[in-house]
Amino acid sequence: MNTILKTQGLNKVYSLGSFPRTIKVQALDDINLDIESDQPVIVSLVGESGSGKTTLAKVILRLVQPSSGAVTVAGHTVAGKGTRPNHNEFLRTVQPIFQNPFEAFSQHRTVDSYLRETAERVGKLHKDAAIQAVEEALAAVGLQYSDVRGKYPNQFSGGELQRASVARALIPRPQLIVADEPVSMIDASRRMIIINLFMALKEEYRTSFLYITHDLATAYYISDYIAVMNKGRIVEFGDAKQVLSQPQHEYTQLLLDSIPRLNSRWVERRNPTTG
Amino acid sequence: MIRLDNIVATYTTQRGQVNAVDGVTLEIPDSIVMGIAGESGCGKSTLMKVLYGDIGFPLSLSSGSVDYGLVNERGEPVTTDNIRSEWFRHISYIPQSSMSSLNPVVRIRDQFVDFPATAGRKKEVLAQVRDFVQKLGLPPESIDAYPHQLSGGMRQRIMVAMATFFQPEIILADEPTTALDVVVQKSILLLLLDLQKEMRNTIMLVSHDMGVHYQITDKMLIMYAAKVVEYADTDDIFQSPLHPYTLMLTNSLPTIGDERARRGLPGSPPSLWEPQVGCRFAARCPIAADRCRQEEPPLTEYQRGHFSACHFAGDVAALKESMQAGPSLSEVAHDTSKLMLDLEADR
Ligand SMILES: Nc1ncnc2c1ncn2[C@@H]1O[C@H](COP(=O)(O)OP(=O)(O)OP(=O)(O)O)[C@@H](O)[C@H]1O
Ligand SMILES: Nc1ncnc2c1ncn2[C@@H]1O[C@H](COP(=O)(O)OP(=O)(O)OP(=O)(O)O)[C@@H](O)[C@H]1O
Ligand code: SF4
Ligand SMILES: [Mg+2]
Ligand SMILES: [Mg+2]
Repeated sequence: MNTILKTQGLNKVYSLGSFPRTIKVQALDDINLDIESDQPVIVSLVGESGSGKTTLAKVILRLVQPSSGAVTVAGHTVAGKGTRPNHNEFLRTVQPIFQNPFEAFSQHRTVDSYLRETAERVGKLHKDAAIQAVEEALAAVGLQYSDVRGKYPNQFSGGELQRASVARALIPRPQLIVADEPVSMIDASRRMIIINLFMALKEEYRTSFLYITHDLATAYYISDYIAVMNKGRIVEFGDAKQVLSQPQHEYTQLLLDSIPRLNSRWVERRNPTTG
Repeated sequence: MIRLDNIVATYTTQRGQVNAVDGVTLEIPDSIVMGIAGESGCGKSTLMKVLYGDIGFPLSLSSGSVDYGLVNERGEPVTTDNIRSEWFRHISYIPQSSMSSLNPVVRIRDQFVDFPATAGRKKEVLAQVRDFVQKLGLPPESIDAYPHQLSGGMRQRIMVAMATFFQPEIILADEPTTALDVVVQKSILLLLLDLQKEMRNTIMLVSHDMGVHYQITDKMLIMYAAKVVEYADTDDIFQSPLHPYTLMLTNSLPTIGDERARRGLPGSPPSLWEPQVGCRFAARCPIAADRCRQEEPPLTEYQRGHFSACHFAGDVAALKESMQAGPSLSEVAHDTSKLMLDLEADR
């Protein structure tokens, strides 16, 4: 078994305001996750607003320093006191996809030049080899290099640009992609195109995903495992289908009871035409 | 009854003029919750602005008007021309992203009593507001706070309180629960429904979440590229839609416990800047025929109270059946070619 993602005693305390009126917010409270598998997996992270999901993602991505504890991804320790992973090795270990693709790219640069630079830097590739790596990554998300070439971010639709940002994350061939609400800004009718793409990339690129979302139905659809967060803690973890059909923790049950489902209404309604 | 008569709403920009709502004719019965759904940019918020009568540069009405089925204090019928004098008292509006539309430097209570409808009665109104927010599950002191001191859920409740305080006949709510977690969302929607039951007003609710529509609306309006494509009782929208776009909208997302593989709807709506010929959905429609590309389908009442703008409305039931007979999730889960079927077409 390989360790895909492991967190040990992870804590993050934010301090707000200045002395003597500082308020401390415990965004992560003793997070211990241990996901081991021989196959790549998709792990969903769900839970209330402000429960610490984005903070956990940022700690894994080294964008935020944990107050204590450590994170290991695919056998590499990536976060924790004194951890200084080799930069290129880190990029090949974990990559992000953000909620708003228009913020992931600079508005003043063509998307393809950004992708080529990523390939040149991470893979230490020369121009031709870099272009080939970009072509491959774009093909994996169903885009063609010739269609993308020379275009600025505002010349793409939101869905297309999100796919380009998935391609950017794929270029270093990372072990884990951390995707924080990657489809919440994409129209409902096209959301499944990206969700199905994640499943395809798990097969084709052997990449694992940490998928952060408020949408428990897509979490049910794509994930192998699910972690439910509430107030900085992981209150339930397990097989996704199991947890979402037989929730054990009170908060998971409340979450599932609150989904506006397409069957069984909360209150009765009438049909204005037929009564 | 609210009547919309051939509404054309136009934005004037540097590039020229574009019709964001293009010929909408409708009758909305009183005391119902009506949902509005459709892709980003299809004109939902623009239609809400027209209904509120908030029309001013760059938005103008190129045609049509709204008859609200009300009479004002002078005994005249209320229409687009005079609806502004009824703001707050007879019609209220929770705009999109209203979480941030509360004025950040003004205490909540001052935002309440600054309505024209309360001029000269501040003290009396303030006492009523305190009672009212308490009834909505907020501490009465919450109206003394500045918006940033309240959580997202509390701010949203305050917006609902403001919109319902004067018991208006019509409440317009544009995405009132987006960006809230489902637990808070449910409590706010149930609160709105409770108030509606008590006051018997008409609520128009824009949401991109079909589950929200299913839970709380009585009728639904589905829009596509500035047009109404379907209008019916909510149960009919979900059980027996008569437009392929509606079917895709209600069927593309998975639900917990359903093991069917789902596919998105690739492509995007046509640019409203180009002249439109035929059905605006034709490029993405799985059952489009030559006729669709030449002849625009009019909004037609196929069954009592059930309108659709599709030449082949009668074929949608069969399309639904074929979608439900599609492969299961486990059949496609390891088949990359099936998972990537829609990527080529999604431009
Ligand atoms: N930079 C920061 N400084 C201070 N507090 C912060 C900071 N970032 C986040 N927080 C706080 O930490 C807690 C966790 O926030 P986080 O963004 O991780 O939640 P989340 O689960 O991602 O929420 P959402 O579902 O709304 O995106 C919240 O109370 C938040 O206000
Ligand atoms: N102030 C404006 N000036 C020019 N065009 C505008 C303006 N506001 C909206 N539009 C255009 O009008 C069309 C309809 O916009 P509208 O905001 O009504 O869409 P919507 O259905 O509410 O979308 P969303 O789901 O993203 O909120 C879009 O093409 C939009 O770009
Ligand atoms: S009119 Fe034709 S293209 Fe338009 S929705 Fe109906 S079948 Fe599809
Ligand atoms: Mg977050
Ligand atoms: Mg809108």
